[in-house]
Amino acid sequence: MSTPHHPAAAEPATQSGAEILLRALKDQGVEVVFGYPGGAVLPIYDAIFQQNAIRHILVRHEQAAVHAAEGYARSTGRVGVVLVTSGPGATNAVTGLVDALMDSIPVVCLTGQVPTHLIGNDAFQEADTTGITRPATKHNYLVKRSADLARVVHEAFYVARSGRPGPVVIDLPKDILIGPAPYTPPPTEAHRSYRPRTEPDAAAIARAVALLKGAKRPVIYTGGGVINAGATASEALRRFVHRTGFPCTSTLMGLGAFPASDPQFLGMLGMHGTYEANLAMHGCDVMLNVGARFDDRVTGKLAAFSPHSHKIHVDIDSSSINKNVPVEVPIVADAGRALEALLAAWDADPSGPDRAALAAWWRHIDQWRAKDSLRYTQSQSPGAIIKPQYAIQRLYEITRELQRETFITTEVGQHQMWAAQFFKFEQPNRWMTSGGLGTMGYGLPAAMGVQVAHPDALVIDIAGEASILMNIQEMSTLAQYRLPVKVFILNNQYMGMVRQWQELLHGGRYSESYTAALPDFVKLAESFHATGLHARTVDELDGVIRAMIAAPGTVIADIAVDQKENCFPMIPSGAAHNEMILGPEHESEAAGITDEGLVLV
Amino acid sequence: MATPVDTSLRSATISVVVENEPGILARVVGLFSGRGYNIESLTVAPVEDGRHRSRINIVTSGTEMVIEQIKAQLDRLVPVHRVADLTQQGPHIAREMALVKVIATTGDKRSEALRLADAFRARVVDATIESFVFEMTGSTEKLDAFVELMRPLGLAEVSRTGVAAMARGTRVI
Repeated sequence: MSTPHHPAAAEPATQSGAEILLRALKDQGVEVVFGYPGGAVLPIYDAIFQQNAIRHILVRHEQAAVHAAEGYARSTGRVGVVLVTSGPGATNAVTGLVDALMDSIPVVCLTGQVPTHLIGNDAFQEADTTGITRPATKHNYLVKRSADLARVVHEAFYVARSGRPGPVVIDLPKDILIGPAPYTPPPTEAHRSYRPRTEPDAAAIARAVALLKGAKRPVIYTGGGVINAGATASEALRRFVHRTGFPCTSTLMGLGAFPASDPQFLGMLGMHGTYEANLAMHGCDVMLNVGARFDDRVTGKLAAFSPHSHKIHVDIDSSSINKNVPVEVPIVADAGRALEALLAAWDADPSGPDRAALAAWWRHIDQWRAKDSLRYTQSQSPGAIIKPQYAIQRLYEITRELQRETFITTEVGQHQMWAAQFFKFEQPNRWMTSGGLGTMGYGLPAAMGVQVAHPDALVIDIAGEASILMNIQEMSTLAQYRLPVKVFILNNQYMGMVRQWQELLHGGRYSESYTAALPDFVKLAESFHATGLHARTVDELDGVIRAMIAAPGTVIADIAVDQKENCFPMIPSGAAHNEMILGPEHESEAAGITDEGLVLV
Repeated sequence: MATPVDTSLRSATISVVVENEPGILARVVGLFSGRGYNIESLTVAPVEDGRHRSRINIVTSGTEMVIEQIKAQLDRLVPVHRVADLTQQGPHIAREMALVKVIATTGDKRSEALRLADAFRARVVDATIESFVFEMTGSTEKLDAFVELMRPLGLAEVSRTGVAAMARGTRVI
């Protein structure tokens, strides 16, 4: 064993690998780790027991540990940290890792491994963790020499948070954790190979501004990249949108970067986006994409996507540019830096935008807006069934009225889309949802991570009754740490989005999408030391929402909603933005939706 | 405006300088299989010994958009130092080596094999009274042509290195 490189005076002469690991985490500013112990990581748990700097949250399943770390990361802008054991600990974490990879969430996941001399022997709880997680992470490491341990930990944090953020796995053989290891502080010099570009190219900014100034029908389309670039990027976006007077839409991942209440906001775009957002995208002549990646849920049919526009794409990941949609002006940069540069170039250019054309474009958009594509009808007669949209709208209105700092997480499905449509976000980092991977079971553990980071905030998981059962065991974690997460279940007894597609695309054959024998969620909550509430009719709704928010502890509110409600508007898979289906409210006025478009459904 | 997408396929020889660390080849190969890119040839060996660097040469094909994607995807791998598209950058040399075993017992086949080997500047590196092993270096096309010519003469086995490539002139990766 080599001697430590740094003669740190006050430190004991030798520390174990596990102690060095914790010291490196502390130097990286880690305050909390979400984890689950096991044989291979016992040395780390022993070291955790003997210190107070880092708090450990004991989850009930490793997948939940990663989602909790994601919730922590997304609500704070910091790196989330996970600790799991070898074999099944690591494989259980894989879904969470891919989720973080798809949504660009910075996470460092420490996995235990069998001792180095047993690697490859099919030892007990051995898995080829680096092999399994290679396509599930941004990068991964297997530490085979004690001398590398501290350096690898520092590098992992750098990789996780730099450029396009993502999950990084460090696989830690047990002998490396037990044996002595030297400490090295975080490096001061640049990484030898990974140095992502953050500053935009001035010539590209100039070309972008020239296009934007000449635009007659512009649209700004923003995504999660703006959120990942930090609060200053959201602030720069607001200034840029207001300075230009252009309309702004957002992906699912980008909600909150631009205030939903702002008159220049068109709402979310894409498969379940608003009529005005999608038609503005379809009809625009200049599109500025900041930190979004032309995902298939946004573009619909690629060949018909925004066919008449000049496209500018700002992304920190050059592989996101020209991947799905060819663009004229690529700008590889941090979203915040690019927006600042665009603002400066916009102000420096003496020519003004075409105000007359812009006014005409807004009149067009206002006509689309007048369609009120999210419209639904809620009967207020006592005993009336609750519309899911109404439940979320009331949840939003009541939280706004109470002026509590509110964070929303979701599971995946109809409730997720309704939450995106009806809960209005004014600030970034308040909305955590599984966008890219679409992981049912994300919302409850993510809410747990958010609540750990923001103990006094109101944290609500808007859930479906099917998704919530995928990580329901975390109710036990919430109880152990007294985390007052509110679980707001829109209960229609179906996997709603599956049911919707079966209705629209598979002749109403509801194959395996109905859940018989659902639990009594009130009793379930009580068995996990939480409060259970339920609303069956519209007159019960407000009271349940207020009681849920007022309760000091964890609550499950089971809201029975209309089983037949579908999520509209909807661009069917493989259709174009102008082939959107509107809801039954609009049946008599479905202009623009051709028979051909309906056949595509 | 809607730029017409170029759908014609082109071949590309891409050189990548990477940190010589465990798993780097799996990372590159996994990227190609995971995203459905073609690999026609792939070679890897350490270069710049003192700095722990390896060079990977990949011959691939795809539309211009796909090849640009491949380069961008390679470039964002953490241990990748540099990515160069030699085909796009200009004149370059691409060479591979092959060992070709021919089993021939009759005099005319043996002498024809030797004559062709001479014409192709292949060297005889092993010979028995029933066989030859030829070693040959050249472009992929030249090696393909030689292998085809050996087929009727008793071609028994081929082992090829895959392509090593470099730009002509003073340009370096």
